[in-house]
Amino acid sequence: MRSGALVRAGTAEGRGARILLASLLLAGSAVVIVSALSAIGGHDPVRVLGALWSGSLGSRYAFFSATLVRATPLILTGLAVALAFTAGVMNIGAEGQLLAGAAAATALGLATRAASAWLTIPLALTAGAIAGAAWASVPGWLRRQFGVLEVISTIMMNFVALYLVGYLVRGPLQEPLGIYPQSSSLPEGVRLPLLGGTRLHIGFLLALACAVGAWWALRATAAGFRVRVIGANPEAARSAGLIDVRRTTFRTFLLSGALAGLAGAVEVTGVTYSLYENLSPGYGYTAIAVALIGALHPLLTAVSGIFFGALEAGAAAIQRDAGVPSVLATVVEAALILLLLAAVAIRARWRRHYRIVVSGLFGRPASGGDKP
Amino acid sequence: MIDALVVFLDATARTATPLALAALGEMVVERSGVINIGLEGTILAGALASVVVAGALGVGAGFAGAMWRAFVTASILALFVVTLRADQIVTGTAVTLLSLGVTGLLYRGMFGSAGVALTVPTAGRAAIPVLSSLPLVGRPLFAQPVTTYAVYALVPLLALWMYRTHTGLALRAVGENADAATAAGISPGRVRWAAVLFGGALGGLSGGALAIAQVGTFAEGMSAGRGFIAIAIVALGRWSPVGVALAAIVFGAASALQFVAQSLGWALPYHVFLAFPYVLTLLALAGAAGRIVPPAGLGRR
Repeated sequence: MRSGALVRAGTAEGRGARILLASLLLAGSAVVIVSALSAIGGHDPVRVLGALWSGSLGSRYAFFSATLVRATPLILTGLAVALAFTAGVMNIGAEGQLLAGAAAATALGLATRAASAWLTIPLALTAGAIAGAAWASVPGWLRRQFGVLEVISTIMMNFVALYLVGYLVRGPLQEPLGIYPQSSSLPEGVRLPLLGGTRLHIGFLLALACAVGAWWALRATAAGFRVRVIGANPEAARSAGLIDVRRTTFRTFLLSGALAGLAGAVEVTGVTYSLYENLSPGYGYTAIAVALIGALHPLLTAVSGIFFGALEAGAAAIQRDAGVPSVLATVVEAALILLLLAAVAIRARWRRHYRIVVSGLFGRPASGGDKP
Repeated sequence: MIDALVVFLDATARTATPLALAALGEMVVERSGVINIGLEGTILAGALASVVVAGALGVGAGFAGAMWRAFVTASILALFVVTLRADQIVTGTAVTLLSLGVTGLLYRGMFGSAGVALTVPTAGRAAIPVLSSLPLVGRPLFAQPVTTYAVYALVPLLALWMYRTHTGLALRAVGENADAATAAGISPGRVRWAAVLFGGALGGLSGGALAIAQVGTFAEGMSAGRGFIAIAIVALGRWSPVGVALAAIVFGAASALQFVAQSLGWALPYHVFLAFPYVLTLLALAGAAGRIVPPAGLGRR
């Protein structure tokens, strides 16, 4: 009992050190990639990094009103992806689910002009989450019923969502003058309260609460256990007979979609206050990087969401101040995912090699201590 | 009515061409047991390269440039998926993101942050004498850019190669059972590398066909999901060259509907037509379920 606790404390400490090391490596890699790309593109890396810093973490304003505002939808969509990937559901459709949530929240927000904010805000956010879940239920149902690969179906749903929003903002939800392809501004009563003189809205706290909730649910509930088991080994889960894999998979789709839909609702009610096509600069795709860099762990995903929020806020600043296109952030995200994949693959290979050496030396097959 | 039909068939052939090229390449990749989710990025990379090279050296060089550039993108995927055995879907997604970002950076770097609309030399229609003057199907089938004829050539060649040669057998063996292939003296890694590079080249050509034979310019994210649609087409075509080509035509027709809708006076919102190919992909994948048997080793690490 005591030794067990010690071991656990030991690993927790080791884990803390590893996370710190990984974060430093991550930030370092991002700096190296940004510098290299700026130099290749003929920009002064020092100036670009300066703009990146001042636009993301360099001031109280930048941190609260740019970085954390950007981080909010990234945390929520990142959680959506992390949850899905944990269950072995390759949901690449957070972007479409976010748009569906944004559209539903806008529609509901515009319809409930007279009601109290205590009622309308929860309603709008709930509508967003439900719409996101509904959007995800299509690929979920297609997989459950027909075995359709969700990588393809979720991406198709992203495009359908984009065109749906395109239609809505030129049709039923267009502003009354009918000039711009966007909805009317949401009434005050449906806008999320801002936090202490910043542009940061309470959606950020909601996102953090979702991260803690997801962490607790995955760790401590039976449903969370089922999600982890079907992700780790669906065959074992099926043959053990205790877990309805199909149902758990489908429910994961719904929950993942709800989180992404909530991100859309929060973005509309907290930042843009209206619906338009380019509402999301690819949050749903960045979410994949957020979740993977966060090791699919809800709390680390929240931290990773803030990291990528800083990167995107900084990228907006370097476009403004140093003339470097902000798509730079996308390149950095992709490069970080690839670096991570390479690191994991090389480590696994090294371990395999190490294990063979050890078993060769001691003349018996080494076992345990290494996950497949 | 006949005019509208000719316009429809013509648009079908034109929009089916990039899809068919990408899907035929992806079919070979998947036959080796690898799924290239990065195909979208490969097409995009090829599209930009074709525009840049065609602007400097002409249309023919543009296609070559597109294929070369796509080789680079495909190499990244092969390095991670085949050599390092990283997760295929995550790698593919990262490659697509990378390509989206790199093409955006390069495009704005070369043509200004506003992204000046490019005018580039395009591959015009190369009418085949006699055949192109056939009634109804002459112009849609035989007065197309060269990339469409490349599809006509590729379908029988790929079929012959896959089912009638030793290397074609090696490809299929690796995709079905890599261990058995290894036992037979085939190197799965080498076969997969070759397959991914070949698929990349066709993906690049697809991007070239899209940019300099269909649209006539480059726009950021212009591949608009074609890579993913191509992956669906491979499944619908059941991993056979003829099936893949037929499925590509179905999707070409779905996209071409928007061009005839107006002339036929259909009163549906424009966005319904834009969304139609994507909805069709979902319906088709569902409808084909159960009858689809992918290569047994597909997606295995």
